[in-house]
Amino acid sequence: MEKVKVAILGSGNIGTDLMYKLLKAPGLMELVALVGIDPGSEGLARARALGLEASAEGIDYILARPEIRLVFDATSAKAHVRHAKLLKEAGKIAIDLTPAARGPYVVPPVNLGAHLDAFNVNLITCGGQATIPLVYAVHRVVPVRYAEMVSTVASRSAGPGTRQNIDEFTFTTARGLEAIGGARLGKAIIILNPADPPILMTNTVRAIPSEEEFDREAVVASVRRMEAEVQAYVPGYRLKADPVFERLPTPWGERTVVSMLLEVEGAGDYLPRYAGNLDIMTASARRVGELFAQKLLGVAA
Amino acid sequence: MSWNLENAKPPVVVDTTLRDGSHAHRHQYTREEVRAIAQALDEGGVYALEVSHGDGLGGSSIQYGFSWVSEMELIAEARAAVKRAKVAALLLPGIGTRKELKEAVEAGIQMVRIATQCTEADISEQHFGMAKEMGLEAVGFLMMSHMRPPGFLAEQARLMESYGADVVYIVDSAGAMLPEDAYRRVRALKEALSRARVGFHAHNNLGLAIGNTLAALAAGADWVDGTLRGYGAGAGNAATEVLAAVLDRLGLAGELAVFRLLETAENVLRPIQHFQPFPDRDAIAIGYAGVYSTFLLHAKRIGVELGVDPLEILLELGRRQAVAGQEDWILRVALELKEKQAVALE
Repeated sequence: MEKVKVAILGSGNIGTDLMYKLLKAPGLMELVALVGIDPGSEGLARARALGLEASAEGIDYILARPEIRLVFDATSAKAHVRHAKLLKEAGKIAIDLTPAARGPYVVPPVNLGAHLDAFNVNLITCGGQATIPLVYAVHRVVPVRYAEMVSTVASRSAGPGTRQNIDEFTFTTARGLEAIGGARLGKAIIILNPADPPILMTNTVRAIPSEEEFDREAVVASVRRMEAEVQAYVPGYRLKADPVFERLPTPWGERTVVSMLLEVEGAGDYLPRYAGNLDIMTASARRVGELFAQKLLGVAA
Repeated sequence: MSWNLENAKPPVVVDTTLRDGSHAHRHQYTREEVRAIAQALDEGGVYALEVSHGDGLGGSSIQYGFSWVSEMELIAEARAAVKRAKVAALLLPGIGTRKELKEAVEAGIQMVRIATQCTEADISEQHFGMAKEMGLEAVGFLMMSHMRPPGFLAEQARLMESYGADVVYIVDSAGAMLPEDAYRRVRALKEALSRARVGFHAHNNLGLAIGNTLAALAAGADWVDGTLRGYGAGAGNAATEVLAAVLDRLGLAGELAVFRLLETAENVLRPIQHFQPFPDRDAIAIGYAGVYSTFLLHAKRIGVELGVDPLEILLELGRRQAVAGQEDWILRVALELKEKQAVALE
């Protein structure tokens, strides 16, 4: 069967984990290369050992190969700004795993198919991939006035990219809560926890509905349904409990707050299981890539 | 450890009633309250006063509690009220961003205190960079410093210094340190830093806020923090007016107007306090278990709502090594404890 040739740009933790996912479950994609800029990187060595092309030439390697039609960019926001332009000029589709946000946001269970005509789609942030589906799950029952997410990740799972650009994480995630989650106002908080042994990624999502009267059972059912939809591609995605409803003081008076306690355990493809934050990013990327591949091949979903 | 304070110099004293006290005040400060407190502290001779949401710029949220009045308005109010004291704000990267920092500068701050968990100093580089670009005095806060040994903290402090910090604080966010812990940590920073000065911020959960501050001074601390009547998170902080009286007895009061501060504590702050922070059962548990002091009021509220003992919640959070800002884990732990109770009853 014909497959779409894809490459991964960025040979760090995320790129390497995505490589294992694409090899384990390639679907309609054929991973041909892992491309980095550091010849000594562990990711490239692993790719080579697995029989893949491994290059340290960066974007130039990909631009020189017309057969590569789809590129996963797991470098950095700064690098992606440059890559986005070059890939578009070369007619290649880019799935952006950095917070550069050049293309429209995509969160698989919410708007997976909405931007298949775009040359560049952005996966927001790991926290966004984890929490936006839950905000949307509330929003499809009752409009959300305000949504807030607190993401706590193990220190060891936060690489230098996240550490040096922590503001970009909060900006981009908050915008995603609004643009894709449906909240009128979004806020994002990230906390790094150095506990040993490392903690699983935990997210607390809170939503304040616009209306005081709403069907709580419908909210619970919608949120549980969404949990199952995400579990289809991130098996370690689970709510600790049913949503909790609390009355709290807010800038809009005393309101009902819907609190959802989530944890994400990684699949352990390459990264350790506690790094659910990285796992959900690569799992979402694979899911989005698969849909683009279907479209490029003219295969029905 | 030497308690010799003979060679100590008068420390720079920063009052944070309008920031750490925001926790105790449930983030409900009004413009009038801020104006009165800022003016009185200015006359009391403190070097700087800190104004912002208790969890720093951008902290107004469900997670930490919403501010009644926008912190930018409160900063502007404080700035207009002072003649000589500097106005500072707190910023926790991951909660606040450079956007709020810029707004705070426009509102009038001259100093920013950038706080990270004591293991995560490398998330503060962007913020120190911006602070120095904007001409601010920049102070680093190593929160929950009781969780790591002195040598480790010295490395983190060196990072902050390399990003541009003028001062780096050992912050006993959990009020968990004993005097020797404070002494050894401050000493390690004094030895490790080449340019930056060293500060100490205390909490009184084990009743040691003033004692630990003295230990820090004996170790060479250049800056120390206080709040009027210890009005801060957990069992509160070193009380600014007590500190002033003690420093005066040591001949280290510097510019502090001791009796003006006593009057301010008694007549300006006391009438508006929601309550008097004190090492009560739950606050002592925070110091004992080494948990973030601001968890206190949230744990009490959630404990009552779910019928779970706040003490049990706090001890469990300590076992899980929860860090600064993880208020959402309180509900998580409380729900688990409630489930366990239910199972035990069946």
